[in-house]
Amino acid sequence: MTLGLSLGIIVGYLLFALAIGLIAYRVSEVTAEDYYLASRSLGTVVLLFTTFATLLSAFTFFGGPNLAYAAGPEWLIVMGTLDGVLFAVLWYVIGYKQWLIGNRNGYMTLGEMLGDRFGSVGLRALVAGVSLLWLFPYVMLQQMGAGEALVGLTDGAVPYWGGAALVTVFMILYVVLAGMRGVAWTDTVQGLFMLSVVWIAAIWVLSAVGGLGAATGSMIDARPEFGRFGGGLYSPGFIISSAITIAFGVTMFPQINQRFFVAKSGAVLKRSFVLWPVLVLLLFVPAFMLGAWAVGMPIDVSEGANVLPVVLNEYTPAWFAALVIAGAMAAMMSSSDSMLLSGSSYFTRDVYRPVINADASERREAWIARVGVAAFATLAFVASLLRPGTLIEVGNTAFSGFALLALPVICALYWDRTTRTGMLVGVLVPQVAYLAVVLSAVAPFAPTLPRSVAGGWDVALGLMALSAVLTVGVSLLTTPTADGDASRFAVTSD
Amino acid sequence: MSRSRRDLVWIPTFAVLVAFAVPWPLWGVDRIVAGLPVWIWWHIAWLALCTVLFSRFVRSGAWERGMGLRSDASATGGDRP
Repeated sequence: MTLGLSLGIIVGYLLFALAIGLIAYRVSEVTAEDYYLASRSLGTVVLLFTTFATLLSAFTFFGGPNLAYAAGPEWLIVMGTLDGVLFAVLWYVIGYKQWLIGNRNGYMTLGEMLGDRFGSVGLRALVAGVSLLWLFPYVMLQQMGAGEALVGLTDGAVPYWGGAALVTVFMILYVVLAGMRGVAWTDTVQGLFMLSVVWIAAIWVLSAVGGLGAATGSMIDARPEFGRFGGGLYSPGFIISSAITIAFGVTMFPQINQRFFVAKSGAVLKRSFVLWPVLVLLLFVPAFMLGAWAVGMPIDVSEGANVLPVVLNEYTPAWFAALVIAGAMAAMMSSSDSMLLSGSSYFTRDVYRPVINADASERREAWIARVGVAAFATLAFVASLLRPGTLIEVGNTAFSGFALLALPVICALYWDRTTRTGMLVGVLVPQVAYLAVVLSAVAPFAPTLPRSVAGGWDVALGLMALSAVLTVGVSLLTTPTADGDASRFAVTSD
Repeated sequence: MSRSRRDLVWIPTFAVLVAFAVPWPLWGVDRIVAGLPVWIWWHIAWLALCTVLFSRFVRSGAWERGMGLRSDASATGGDRP
């Protein structure tokens, strides 16, 4: 009975989200600019929440509380710093600049922007290819999160693959049917919904265990080190490298980066920038603290389950626990469909059309995009069944891969002397090096290369520095090519 | 000092905002204040401060001037960078 109720609420909510997407689809036009960018017409609330919702995924709702449960509430500090402050600054430095030049030159993707500036189809395809590569583990992460969430909620009655498959089916349906406008609309509904239910959940659980002081008190009785800042996993190296790689990585995520092109006006970007730290805090404090407080609660979190559903099941009614999980799964779905949508535009616009088939009709391109999405999501689903790491590990790998793009892009945005060769080398070399590190962990014939050195410093941080040095160094050694045009990135008052 | 020179103050300001969103001075401190570890309160207060300063950055017109655009604020002052 309870199981049926829980599943009914989850499937019902996912269908509700799909319905909103379909309504949005009815009002949309049939151009690529509308499908991918909602005709560059998103207002503050919608832009803010669509960015928020896509940023906040299984990594936040399940990975975050799991890590806080295992290692302490410092994860709140790491995520708050990188998302609330560093990302906000990058929102201005990268996002606003991209919006200004994207608006003027009609760009839809990062690869398109760079390819046009440097007159290079190769660079365009390289940036798109690198982005699709790291998108894969992140889509996989959402499927893993959904699978684990349903295991936790139903005590294993729904197997891991069942939850992962459910979210895969919905994400494919969604992207194929709705486009950016649909995604943006559901993101707003879901962002508001998640913010509300996470707070209700926190208040509900806290009142059940005797209040804030009691929850923190029993957390510290169980794990005294949780009350002390730093220590254990949280070395300065870990905190700094996680914050930097994730924040820079986030800006290069296709679904986030493409958001930089969709704002209706500069004022929308400004308002979103100001509200960002508060919004981030409002979500992270209850979500991560619930994870940390759980160590002091008499609950049993089984191997491979997420802690948040277990806590909710223990302290809140079954329908409410199901509603929160439904909300989180829907948020993961909106993360995933934004990713798949952006990924498909990267593929069709930056790889398929310029490299494979320049004469493809609009119809054919749209068809390729939708088939591509289905294939990509299905492959990610298959890979998610192998569960190659924890949610945080898989997420960190993807973030770091994207982070290696950020410094060359900033260089191109602000330094006219950047050359095409500089960009190609600055993007390619660190990517190859990082890929070798990541693959060495799964390839049986190669020795595993270390992911972090000297007490938690991530090698990706060193490779980020390398990407900047190579871009600047090689640019200085080479001359700009005739096809490049620095004035494409100039910003003037007119 | 011109507006655009004064705007440069925002660069170190942002650096400090990012750096101390992590409560480094409270490293190893385990005091509980009002039901939460004191370093969590630091973080909450710090992010609130960020929103206040971000809104000043935007309203002062430094947002546009930083990108080489004329802002409404500096247009009235007539000292375009």
